[in-house]
Parts: sequence; C-alpha cells; structure tokens
Amino acid sequence: MAKQPIITVKNLVKNYGDFHAVKGISFEVYEGEIFGLLGPNGAGKTTTLEIIETLRDKTSGEITVDGFNIDTDAASIKKRIGVQLQAAGYYPNLNLSELIELFSGLYGIERSPAEMLGKVALNDKAKAKYKELSGGQKQRFSIATTLINNPRIVFLDEPTTGLDPQARRNLWDLIREIRDQGTTVVITTHYMDEAEVLCDRVAFVDGGNIIGVDTPDNFIDKLVASGFERPKEVKLASLEDVFINMTGKEWRAE
Amino acid sequence: MNQNKPYSNLKATLAIAKASFRSIIRSPSSVVFTLLFPLIFILVFGFISGTGVMSVDVGVAKTNDTLNPVYQALKKVSVIRLIHNQTPGQMETNLKKGSIDAILNIQKNTTAPYFTVNIQHSKASGDKEAILRSTLNNIFFQLNSHIPDAPPPVAIIKEVEVVTREYKTIDFILPGQLGFALLSTGVFGTAFVFLSLRITLVIKRFFATPVKRYSIVIGEAIARIAFALIGALFIILIGHYAFSFTLVHGVVTVLNMLLLSLIGVVVFMGFGFVVSGIAKNESTVPPIANMITLPQFLLSGTFFSINVFPAWLQPISRALPLTYLNDSLRKVAFEGASLLDVSHQILIMCIWGIVVYAVAVKTFKWE
Repeated sequence: MAKQPIITVKNLVKNYGDFHAVKGISFEVYEGEIFGLLGPNGAGKTTTLEIIETLRDKTSGEITVDGFNIDTDAASIKKRIGVQLQAAGYYPNLNLSELIELFSGLYGIERSPAEMLGKVALNDKAKAKYKELSGGQKQRFSIATTLINNPRIVFLDEPTTGLDPQARRNLWDLIREIRDQGTTVVITTHYMDEAEVLCDRVAFVDGGNIIGVDTPDNFIDKLVASGFERPKEVKLASLEDVFINMTGKEWRAE
Repeated sequence: MNQNKPYSNLKATLAIAKASFRSIIRSPSSVVFTLLFPLIFILVFGFISGTGVMSVDVGVAKTNDTLNPVYQALKKVSVIRLIHNQTPGQMETNLKKGSIDAILNIQKNTTAPYFTVNIQHSKASGDKEAILRSTLNNIFFQLNSHIPDAPPPVAIIKEVEVVTREYKTIDFILPGQLGFALLSTGVFGTAFVFLSLRITLVIKRFFATPVKRYSIVIGEAIARIAFALIGALFIILIGHYAFSFTLVHGVVTVLNMLLLSLIGVVVFMGFGFVVSGIAKNESTVPPIANMITLPQFLLSGTFFSINVFPAWLQPISRALPLTYLNDSLRKVAFEGASLLDVSHQILIMCIWGIVVYAVAVKTFKWE
C-alpha cells in the first residue's frame, strides 16, 4: 500500500481552562486505511476526533485533512468528510428516508434515500423513525448519513459500543466495505479485540498523549519479542466464539 | 464526486425548512396550540354570542292582569324578559340573589292615574333597573299622549338609525385567539425546537456538514412561519364561514391580517430564541415561556377589552406586543383599516422585535 497521508496532525494541544485534554499529539492517517484511536474513556480520543472534524477549536497545533488546512479551509474539509458522533440524535418526527433527504440537502446534493439505506441494509426501515430502531440499526443508519456526500474520510466515534456480538460483527463488515471502496476510516473504540481484527493501524491515546502508533500485528510481535507471555495458556476459542457459534453468525432482524 | 459543484446555501436552508415543517405538523403539541385551542375558544364564544344580548329579567305576579296596556307594551320590548311562573316567595328570593332583576306589580285604579306600576328591585340588579325604568317611562309617554285631550308635547324624539355592521362576539374573540395562537407557536415552538436540537446534538451533527448557521435559523423560521400562517388562515376561514366573522374588504382583509400575523409571529419567535438560550433543559422551557405568554394572554385583550382593566393595569397592557397585534387585527378585520391606519401598532411591534432579537443574539446558544 502506498502510504500517502490523508490526515496529518502535528503537536495538537487542547486545553479546557486548566485541564489539558490533549497534550501535543502528532500522528498521520494514511489514505485508504482503517485507523483506530484506542484508549480508555477520557483519554482525549473524542476531543481529538472532534477537532479534526472541525467541530471544536484547538488550542494550538497544525492539522491538514485531504490537503486542506483546518484553520483556513474548514468549509472544504466539511464537504469531504463524513462524521458519526457519539450519541448524536436526529431531527425529531422524521423517518429514515426523510432524514437522508434532509442530510442530502445539508450537503447541497441529491441522493436517493433508497440507495443510501440500501448500503446499510435498512431499506425495510425507510418509513421508521430513528428512535424506533435497535442499537445496531441506529449505528448503521448513522453510518449511512456519513456516506451521503461520498466522503474521502469517515469518522466513527465508538460505533460498536453497546452492541451485541452479531451486530458488532455486522458493523465490522460494513466498515471494511467502506474501506474497500476507497474511503479512509478513522474509528475510536475501547475494545482491543475489535481494533485487532478491524484496524490496519492503531494509535494508543492515554492521558492526552499518544503512546504508540503501529499496526496491531507489529504491536503484538514487539510485545512478544520483549519476552511477554500470557499468564494462562491461550485457549483455542473464546467465550464470544462459543456464543457466535451457538447463536449463529448471521445477524438478526433485531 | 459532487464536491466540485458550488455549495448551495439555499438548498440547505430549504432542506431544513422542509424537514422542520414535516416535524411540526407531526408534533401533537404544536397542532393543539396553534389550531385546536383557538378553535375551541372560538367555538365556545361563537355559540355564546347567539344569546349575547343583555336582557332584564322581570318577575310578574301570577295574579297580574296581563291585558292592561302597560303589560302589553312591555311584552313587545325585546330587552325585557317577563317571567310569570314564579310564586311571590320565589321571586323575592331570586330578586335577592340577583337571578331576576325586578318584580313588577301593575295595579289598576278607577280614577286617574289609571295604572300604578310598582317596581321592586335590589342592588344586585345594577343598571338593569334603570333600563326597566326608562322603558316604562317611554311606554307611559306613549300612553299619555294618546289621551284625547292631552296637551301638545313640549319636545319629541326623532330617531334615525344609522346602518352599521353588527359587532359580534366573534369579531372580538377571533383576533384575540389568533394573536394568542401566534404567540404560543412563536414562543413555545421555537424554544422547544432549538433547545431539543441543541440537547440531542442534532445541531452539532449539522455542523459537521457544510451548512451555515444562518441556514439553520432561517430554515427553522420559514417552517414555523409557514405553519403559523396556515393556522391563521384556517382560523380566519372557519371564523368567517362558520361564525360570520366580519372581513370588511374580503380577501384584502385576509391578506392584511396574514401580514400582521407574520410580523407578530416573527417578534414572538424572538422570545422563543431567548427562552431556548436561557433554558437548561426541556422541563425548564414551560415555566420560562409561560412567564412571557401568560401575562400577555391575560392582559393583552385576548378575551376582553383592556379598557375594562383598572387604570393602574392599563399601562402594562399597553406595553405588551400582543396588545398591539390584537388591536391591529381587530381594526383591520372589523373597521376595515388599512395597514397604514395601524402603522402605530406595527411600529410598536417592530420596536419589540428589535429589542427581543438584540437579547436573543446575546443569550442564544448553539451548543
């Protein structure tokens, strides 16, 4: 893969009064990869993401997104990114088709609601309200709204939090599909198993600092090379494997 | 990719207006406040207005001779309602309670004066006793002047009735209800929408798209105004066709009323923006919004003319924007005033608008 950076973050700092949420972090996201920002709650993942998404002002630092400087060209950046917020709601009293229509209008383009809902397998919910959807369906719908403007990059903030194993796997497939169609994906999560199977590269964020950026395999290899061993012998399957095996992998009509 | 086309703020604004309008018409509370409440009040007052003429209830003893000319003449006066199915005891009690206004006993004499009319009244009858007395004097004058050798009258009355439009209850009530409906939808609707869009992060999600802030405000405003004006038109038409609400110049009057409604709802939406900025969550919206709407509901001549308020209260009434909206709507609808004739009222509403939006700009919160 040609490693062409599509997002460059240099010395990003964000202070809320005396609280230093982000303490001078730097990293690059390459075009066409799934990039994971990992870390515990309150590590600064969401703050970092929202600054790159142009939703929050930074205290200092430099950010370039798809060649545009965030200080001077926020409007151009907004046109070429898709954003899924943690816990964002949607306009009340509208069904999914109407919401897609609204977002198309916000981007100033025409998109067929059926086509967009088809991408996330929600065609049969076209007339349903957002609040009537299950957790997995809500996240899939949110992802559909991020794809309306054919973005170069989509940002997904903890998209799998609170989902059952089937819905989670289903969402992974969807995210891989998006990547395979050439869109760069930046995702935050605090599930390491998820990052391991989904992300091409990950950055660990803790206490407002980045403490490492690499591919999941390299991280694991390095740790093993340093002499690390799991305290217990590794089982050949996890309880989640059992659950998926017993309940079926295909995802439920929820 | 469609990223090379120039971005259209108009498209975005209209998309928000369309979404918002859909949301409003599906929201039960907005429909109830803008259409149902005013219609219920209009319905109630529309029916009351049929029997709205004041009447003087006069009890007459059963034993009374109903053939005498005084009684016969009284019977023809529509303001006087003669009641003769009550016993003297009942009449006495009812007079004290004020449910009848006077008791009449017409006595026939053998010498002149041939009739003596005894009137019993109480303080509870108020002005009605005076109406009864003047009606009787009128009858006596007619009777007296029919005596063959009556002296020529010193003065006579010549009456000419000027043809006017009948001022019905609906002509007062409908503009008041319309004004109040515009106030509620402007204040409550706007406050709730912007607060909930802010709290549920809908606006934040919007900000991740290229949409401009003014597009969000204008789009919401277009939807709210369109809904309010459709509601106003609906109320005016129902009032006109079902309750004969007076529209002096027909369609022109309706258009003038809608223009006044537009000014009104824009001013009231300013209050809504202020409330949405002050309120911390959805449950603090109603108390704050009620502080704005209730005083106007009571003091701005929605149900009765502000002239009946005590003198110290009237300056407060005359400071409220709804007073001027109601006043101008009534003048336009019933008196056939032009917008120029109500420019004073419009000016005061505009001053309110400037003040309120100045406050709204300071208090409004996006996040």
